Amino acid sequence: MLKRLVKCVREYKKYVILTLVFIVAEAIIETMIPFITANLINEIKTGAEMNVILRYGGLLVVMAVLSLACGGIAGFTCAKASSGFSKNLRQDIFEKIMTYSFSNVDKFSSSSLVTRMTTDVANVQMSFMMIIRTAIRSPLMLIFSVVMAYVMGGPLSTAFVIVIPVLGFGFWKIGQKAMPAFRAVFKKYDRLNESIEENVRGMRVVKGFSREEYEKEKFGAGAENIRSDFTRAERIVALNTPLMQLCMYFNMVFVLIVGSKMAITTDAIDVGHISAMLNYGMQILMSLMMLSMIYVMITMSTESAKRIIEVLSEEPALTSPEDAITEVRDGSIDFEGVSFKYSEKAKRFALENIDLHVKSGMTVGIIGGTGSSKSSLVQLIPRLYDVTEGCVKVGGVDVRKYDLDALRNSVAMVLQKNLLFAGTIRENLKWGNANATDEEIREACRLSQADDFVMSFPDGYDTHIEQGGTNVSGGQKQRLCIARALLKKPKILILDDSTSAVDTKTDSLIREGFKAYIPETTKIIIAQRVASVQDADLILVMENGRIESMGTHDELLRTSVIYREVYEQQTNGGDDNE
Amino acid sequence: MSKKKAPQATSKRPPMQKGMLKRLLKMLFGFYPVLVPLTIVCILFTAVASTIPATVLQQVTEMIENWQATGDWEGASAEILPRVFFLIGMYVLSLISITLETQLMAYITQGFLFKMRRTMFERMQDLPIQYFDTHKHGDIMCYYTNDVDNLRQLVAQSLPTLIRASVTVLSVFFIMLYYSVWLTCLLLLGVVAILFVTKKVGGGSAKYFVLLVNAVGKQEGFIQEMMNGQKVIKVFTHEEKCKEDFDKIRDELFDVSYRAHAFANMLGPIIMNIGNVMYVIVATVGGLLLIKNVPNLSLSGLPFGIDIVVPFLSMTKQFTGNINQVSQQINSIIMGMAGATRVFELMDQVAEPDDGYVTLVNARIAPDGSVTETAERTGQWAWKHPHSADGSVTYTPLRGDVRMTGVDFCYEEGKPVLHDVSVYAEPGQKVAFVGATGAGKTTITNLINRFYDIADGKIRYDGININKIRKSDLRRSLGIVLQETYLSTGTVMENIRYGNLDATDEECIRAAKLAGADDFITRLPGGYETELANNGANLSQGQRQLIAIARAAVADPPVMILDEATSSIDTRTEAIVQKGMDALMKGRTVFVIAHRLSTVRNSDVIMVLDHGRIIERGSHEKLIAERGQYYQLYTGAFELE
Repeated sequence: MLKRLVKCVREYKKYVILTLVFIVAEAIIETMIPFITANLINEIKTGAEMNVILRYGGLLVVMAVLSLACGGIAGFTCAKASSGFSKNLRQDIFEKIMTYSFSNVDKFSSSSLVTRMTTDVANVQMSFMMIIRTAIRSPLMLIFSVVMAYVMGGPLSTAFVIVIPVLGFGFWKIGQKAMPAFRAVFKKYDRLNESIEENVRGMRVVKGFSREEYEKEKFGAGAENIRSDFTRAERIVALNTPLMQLCMYFNMVFVLIVGSKMAITTDAIDVGHISAMLNYGMQILMSLMMLSMIYVMITMSTESAKRIIEVLSEEPALTSPEDAITEVRDGSIDFEGVSFKYSEKAKRFALENIDLHVKSGMTVGIIGGTGSSKSSLVQLIPRLYDVTEGCVKVGGVDVRKYDLDALRNSVAMVLQKNLLFAGTIRENLKWGNANATDEEIREACRLSQADDFVMSFPDGYDTHIEQGGTNVSGGQKQRLCIARALLKKPKILILDDSTSAVDTKTDSLIREGFKAYIPETTKIIIAQRVASVQDADLILVMENGRIESMGTHDELLRTSVIYREVYEQQTNGGDDNE
Repeated sequence: MSKKKAPQATSKRPPMQKGMLKRLLKMLFGFYPVLVPLTIVCILFTAVASTIPATVLQQVTEMIENWQATGDWEGASAEILPRVFFLIGMYVLSLISITLETQLMAYITQGFLFKMRRTMFERMQDLPIQYFDTHKHGDIMCYYTNDVDNLRQLVAQSLPTLIRASVTVLSVFFIMLYYSVWLTCLLLLGVVAILFVTKKVGGGSAKYFVLLVNAVGKQEGFIQEMMNGQKVIKVFTHEEKCKEDFDKIRDELFDVSYRAHAFANMLGPIIMNIGNVMYVIVATVGGLLLIKNVPNLSLSGLPFGIDIVVPFLSMTKQFTGNINQVSQQINSIIMGMAGATRVFELMDQVAEPDDGYVTLVNARIAPDGSVTETAERTGQWAWKHPHSADGSVTYTPLRGDVRMTGVDFCYEEGKPVLHDVSVYAEPGQKVAFVGATGAGKTTITNLINRFYDIADGKIRYDGININKIRKSDLRRSLGIVLQETYLSTGTVMENIRYGNLDATDEECIRAAKLAGADDFITRLPGGYETELANNGANLSQGQRQLIAIARAAVADPPVMILDEATSSIDTRTEAIVQKGMDALMKGRTVFVIAHRLSTVRNSDVIMVLDHGRIIERGSHEKLIAERGQYYQLYTGAFELE
């Protein structure tokens, strides 16, 4: 698991190494400074000459400057290394997510993916920084101090034989007890935040039903639950400090009592040993404390690391096969015994036993009620999802054999949920073809009946579109989205209920344009208006994930009850309109 | 959600305000008037106790040196052990106090956060809809996540450290003065240097940390947009372009991130080594003073000697160590204060005023029309209208008669949205609004339930000015179904019951049947007990709308507002639902907004709105006969949205 994360260090490896080197240097200087000061004090005690004192002083100042330089550089390189690490990590995650199919995304949920890329990466970055700063330093200081304590303190160092295991065990036990508690409460905390978000988004419903008090109570109960859980977990961790203090105090008292007796009754040690013991004792306990903090930190961020690894190691459900076909021959489509469900766990098939053969250049209309799986059907064509059973062929070849980009570049789809991105109209249209010339863009817009209104804007094609496309009307947005799809010069064009906000006249103009200018392209039109599909070569009536009937308008009027019902309802009392 | 929004407030962070800390502390004390002072006492005690051992140690080592030559442990122990026992006593006390302190801190911190969250949430519930229309939801969420997290750091770590360190520094300072004024002055010079560096480096770090917060927000926004637009990205194979865009944002984030951390990381070594240099200078100067026999100036009046220089040196360490601890907290303090500023900003929002005094009560209406108030649910309701002039109370039966007269309204000063709109809806009538996006259809319904207040004109409900009606009661008497449905996490049954918390399962199911939702709900894997998550992501938009309609049905209000409620249901399903809808609308006053004209055709009155004015009104037949705008819309000659 760690290996995958470590891989993200990449070009910042040198900064990691530099950090380690400078931190070790700093640690060495840091432990030397007390040595030399001890000497200096001894000199002063014995009444040394001024020049001796100054020499020691000068040496110490130089060392302090060196230590500062090392520490400063290490701080800088460490910041660079950890920020670089998280930058690469984000890149890896983002690129991974870009390869995801919808079933992958659904597995995590998109809000969870956002959290993983933000909060979790930040947590891991912090631990990473902590680790490279202290992972070498603390054990080094620990070993160094134990050795020095043994050398200088002699028999007194037996105190550590008692203290270190007690402390180590205590820290370990606390961590072990606290971690599951934290993990549980973090999950609850996430849920609490989700419920706040739900509340904020649905505020009109809350207020509309005057449910403010009810929501307050519900939230209060949830928050209180988290408070008590969090308090329990934090109180366990809060035992760290007193435990540490207890050990430190024990060490002090032990050294004082045993040390003073030994100093007075034997020659084995003297006052120097005692004060050295006290100093090093402090340093040993401090490094233990640091190690325990790292332990806590690492365990806390392990959860984040795990969540990131999950994203990174998720196999994209849809990938281009090896030696993929990159050329789509024509726009013919064949569904052969296709059944499909959105996830393996789903009980119901979204599509069942679909057999459909569409010749290149045909216009196919699809009509059906809410939840009849019209959109599911067409999403299988550009392989946004893979079939569960059977196969879908485009240009006579199973879509799973194509290179994904090649396939999707020859299938243009205008989605039900049309999205324009922040940017100019031209930039948005160029999503269809980055190299499109202005003339090509206008051509596509003329075909989708968008040119007129675009030109009526003061800035024409340079008009800025707000995020989500809020500054154009629904019908205009739909026409721009069609133009964007046309620019791809696709072999198959799919309109998923994408003229619903366009008036009937424009709608029929668009369809006439298709017929005249892109006769080779296979056109699939999902619509709620019979008028939008009635002149298609083939019309499918979808019902509960099956093709209830298919045929031309006239045939269906005779054979399909549903079709006739819809038709009569819409034509009854005049030409109905959306 | 209103489709017509006032411009979004920019998400710029407010400047730090003075007095934040004071206000924060006041709240903290207010929440825990006993525990907080107790914790502070513990912190103080621990801090003072930590300075004492140094002096005891000094004394003991002296004693050992004195007795070492004699080798007489009996005599020495008589002198040494009492000191050690004193020390043990101090240690025990300080252990108790530190345990108490850390446990209390854990308790207080979480309790404080809980109370903050609850206060924020309760305030938020009372804010007018306008607040939610003018603030980005992500920004509001930020209060509960980032800002509260920052506060946590401040309260749990920075404040105790500040208290502890300043007490330690102060007590050490006095002990120093006790030993030597000269050396203390020398040390103060060092403190000035440290403060200077902290201000420079710490300031730099703080600046970049604030930038970092913004960069993180920008990144999050970008990822959010990409996740929403996934399908478009895939369909247009635009993955590479997205990666490029993301790279730019990532680089920017990297840049501020490393600067912020670099400054923060460097501060520690710098201060620590200034401390080291101070140590050296004190040692050297101390030694020199000793050699030169400079007379000492101190509170104790002790002469200058080695027994002054040595303890002074260890205090120097303690002194700079503590200052270093404070400087390490600078980022947390700045971020915490920024968090506090924002949280208070939410808390200081003015709650939706509600000065209505007419309330909705259960009533029994006698055949002669007289109304008596009852305590139990009768299924009949009346407006209770107290008159302050003569102290009398009148009851008006709830009928659902809504009249708007000459209403003007604007979301923003100078940009009127409605002009002189008059609408009369008698009980049981169906009134439809038709018009282009932005014509003001939704706005009218926003005014009826007082999500917004009108600028001019009158709205009366059963003859009572709606400004006099308590908002919660007004809204209880109005059911709304919106185009964007919001379902909460929970079962289908719970979601329907949201409309009327007292409804039994049977009543909920009956409402679902009425709305035509029962059919698909019973086919869900768990039926009515199916858990919905993520705003019912596992349901289709049409199914969500059906549940929302059932939710409104169970509330059984006399007036209903259907704002594009059936827009996502296909015409055929709508025809099926229509029967339920008709049953639902029967006997109620209904306001319908729909762009699908088949939905509004059978309304009693259809209002055609254009740019905030009603340009045509009448029944379907009348409007068709008039051959006006409605006719054009109806025949499809005109684009609606």
